[in-house]
Amino acid sequence: MNPSTRNTFLATLIAACTLVMAGSPAPANAATLRWAGAGDVSSMDPYSRAETFLLSFTANMYEPLVRRTKELTLEPGLAIEWGQVSPTTWYFNLRPGVKFQDGTPFTADDVVFSLNRASGKGSNMLGYFSTTKAIRKVSAMRVEVDTTRADPLLPSKWGALGMMSKAWAEKHNAVNVADLTKAEEGFANRNAMGTGPFMLKERKDGERTVLVRNPNWWDTPTHNLDEVVYMPIANPATRVAALRSGSIDMIYDVPPADTEGLRRDPNLKVAEGPETRVVFIGFNQESASLPESSVRDRNPYKDRRVREAIYRSIDVAAINRAVMRGLSFPTALLVAPVINGYTKDLDQRPPMLKPAEARQLLTEAGYPNGFETGMDCPNDRYVNDEAICQAVAAMMARIGIKVDLLAQTRNKFFGKLMRKGDYTPGKTSLYLMAWSPASTYDVHNVLDSLLQTPSAVTRRGQANIGGYSNPAFDALAERIDTETDPAIRMRVIRDATRLYIEDYAYVPLHQQALVWAMRKNVTLFQPADNSFPLRWVTVR
Amino acid sequence: MTGLGQGLVRYVLQRLVQAVLVMLTVAIVAFLLFNFIGDPINSLTGPETTNEDRERLRVQLGLDRGVLVQFGHFVSRATQGEFGLSYQQARPVAELIAEKLPATLELSLLAAVAALLFGVLGGVFTALHPRSLAARTILTLSLIGLSLPTFLIGVLLILVFSVWLGWLPSFGRGETLQLGWWSTGLLSREGLRALVLPVTTLALFQLALILRLVRAEMLEVMRTDFIRFARARGLPDRIVNFRHALKNTLIPVITVTGLQLGSIIAFSVITETVFQWPGMGLMFIQAVTFGDIPVMSAYLVLVALLFVLINLTVDLLYFAVDPRVRAQMGARHGA
Repeated sequence: MNPSTRNTFLATLIAACTLVMAGSPAPANAATLRWAGAGDVSSMDPYSRAETFLLSFTANMYEPLVRRTKELTLEPGLAIEWGQVSPTTWYFNLRPGVKFQDGTPFTADDVVFSLNRASGKGSNMLGYFSTTKAIRKVSAMRVEVDTTRADPLLPSKWGALGMMSKAWAEKHNAVNVADLTKAEEGFANRNAMGTGPFMLKERKDGERTVLVRNPNWWDTPTHNLDEVVYMPIANPATRVAALRSGSIDMIYDVPPADTEGLRRDPNLKVAEGPETRVVFIGFNQESASLPESSVRDRNPYKDRRVREAIYRSIDVAAINRAVMRGLSFPTALLVAPVINGYTKDLDQRPPMLKPAEARQLLTEAGYPNGFETGMDCPNDRYVNDEAICQAVAAMMARIGIKVDLLAQTRNKFFGKLMRKGDYTPGKTSLYLMAWSPASTYDVHNVLDSLLQTPSAVTRRGQANIGGYSNPAFDALAERIDTETDPAIRMRVIRDATRLYIEDYAYVPLHQQALVWAMRKNVTLFQPADNSFPLRWVTVR
Repeated sequence: MTGLGQGLVRYVLQRLVQAVLVMLTVAIVAFLLFNFIGDPINSLTGPETTNEDRERLRVQLGLDRGVLVQFGHFVSRATQGEFGLSYQQARPVAELIAEKLPATLELSLLAAVAALLFGVLGGVFTALHPRSLAARTILTLSLIGLSLPTFLIGVLLILVFSVWLGWLPSFGRGETLQLGWWSTGLLSREGLRALVLPVTTLALFQLALILRLVRAEMLEVMRTDFIRFARARGLPDRIVNFRHALKNTLIPVITVTGLQLGSIIAFSVITETVFQWPGMGLMFIQAVTFGDIPVMSAYLVLVALLFVLINLTVDLLYFAVDPRVRAQMGARHGA
């Protein structure tokens, strides 16, 4: 290589490099939203998993009969009117003139098909149909549903179920939800046909999902988006960097440690608000003795005084300040303010005890020197979950209870704690968990799942891991389930709420804050249930 | 000659049997490890799912059976190229891997080429001009490449070139083109731009390693007599340096590079996570957090297969290159 050819070679190399490096990212189209979260939407099939993120993503394409407003109350969606013909029969009158995205009309046949598909083979939405007996088409624009008992919450529950085109599903052999146990893939996993404001344009698992505006949507759009691109970015640092560099417009999972930095960035803004999920500490009040404890002959948590001593020694304000950096909303109840059946005047935590007073309570219960206890905690499920547990353990140490903390990944955590199919309990002494009644947005879901006596016969108390049991409470909860008079129902809810507070059934800690971050030119609405409806987004 | 041929056949067969044993061992260890990632049912179902439905799903997926039974089932199906359906995405695992393979191969092969090219050039340069400022700078930088963890390098590159300077994309593959089943980022500007940072990150360690290896070997060779004689014969520097010296340093370099190629592919996991590179490494990490056993087992077996194939190739190359191995075979057969 003589000097001149070498120089030419170098020049070409440099030119090639600058060609590759030059040019900042192309300016964003005004009506495109590119957003990212930690994980991918696992499927486009709205019945494949009862999971908030999947349901709220597919709701942009598949709409429910009755949809939720910004305040999470109900409003007409694909049904313009609904009500009860008799206590055990609901009717839905459908919205006329609605068309699927392929132009075919939406009718009662599609509703019956969708509800049958969601309650059929392979579906993971069966929990929404526990009271359903029969679904029938009355006319092209009316559907009736028989229930096994009075179920006042049925329309509310079905707010999570999007309606799918029957003709489309039959044509593409997607009548059933894809069965995981067979090595075949369902067409609806990667394609979609609903009536919603957005249509699926492109789906690449784990990489990108592209939605485009549905020009023939029945409702007046309040968004200005032509195209929406969703990209999962698992690494938190990369996600934040992508937002800062402008290659995406919004991130849905903001790492807690980065919140402050993002707030200070002049190109960005941060949206935060209380989530419907309540984080709490639960006690094993069921087994004769604790699986992990220094006390062998009895179970200290069966004693209300022990639960009270712990409850009134946990400083939620300190957790809010030191662990959550202000991003939490301390509470005394197991339901959040936006949930139907929230009782504001009862949301008062009893005053804190001095360590000496708490020790006095423990002494009365027969534990003058405290005791040792195991505690289970997830470390990748809720915001700062492990750090909260460590703080709680330190607070319990002050009153002489020594906590042996086991923090592990969610699959291990729930595997250890959850009840088996026959409702035999998992294995825990003390634990941290959180709950959101996201299927109904009604307090009954919380009372049923977390507080009613667990039983394979009544099928109540499925997430009541500690086995809290109070027959008086059970009776009230059953009443709430079927009572149709709102005033009476609210009174019973108050009685039931007072009961679980007085029993110190759980130690409610806080609602965690939802934190989203976006570029300055994005305007959106952040509902408390952590769903992200694109129909409320504008990009300037 | 027939004796030698039989020797070769026996040698290859021996290696193949060993390869199968290695892969079985990897599969067993992987399966035993899966006991520690927790119950995938909790990833598959929401809190609303009834206990009965959880049990039903567990039985359907065969998770209620013992580890050994599950393992036997896995092996018998895997030998037919059937890895089942991903729990997370409800798609055939083989299809998923075929989709992610091009991204990983493009990234790792480019990184290997970059590491080899710049490593050899840098090594020769620092050996020939040991006292120059440039050589000292290169050596210091190579020390950083060897000692900084990959994810830190990746994050630093993103910070400088994406966030501060805004020159290069911070994540993803940019624009890809589909050539049959192969998706490539090499044919578009956006695709090439997206490759720069991940390739640099992945190549840096290997580059530093090769650079230091070449430099050491080169310094060694330069001291030998035949280089001195070559110079005495009045050959130009370029011929001496590259034809005589470099050629003799390359044998260990080729061995190391071959073996490192396997680890570049296997350890692209970290680089892929930092850059959200949609390859097999990222797929594996996501499968671990989800508890997606079919994807995890298929990936681990595939990586084991890759290592086994590379080692087999290296062994066969020895057979071809090193006369002593051949002589041994022939002698053993004759005896």
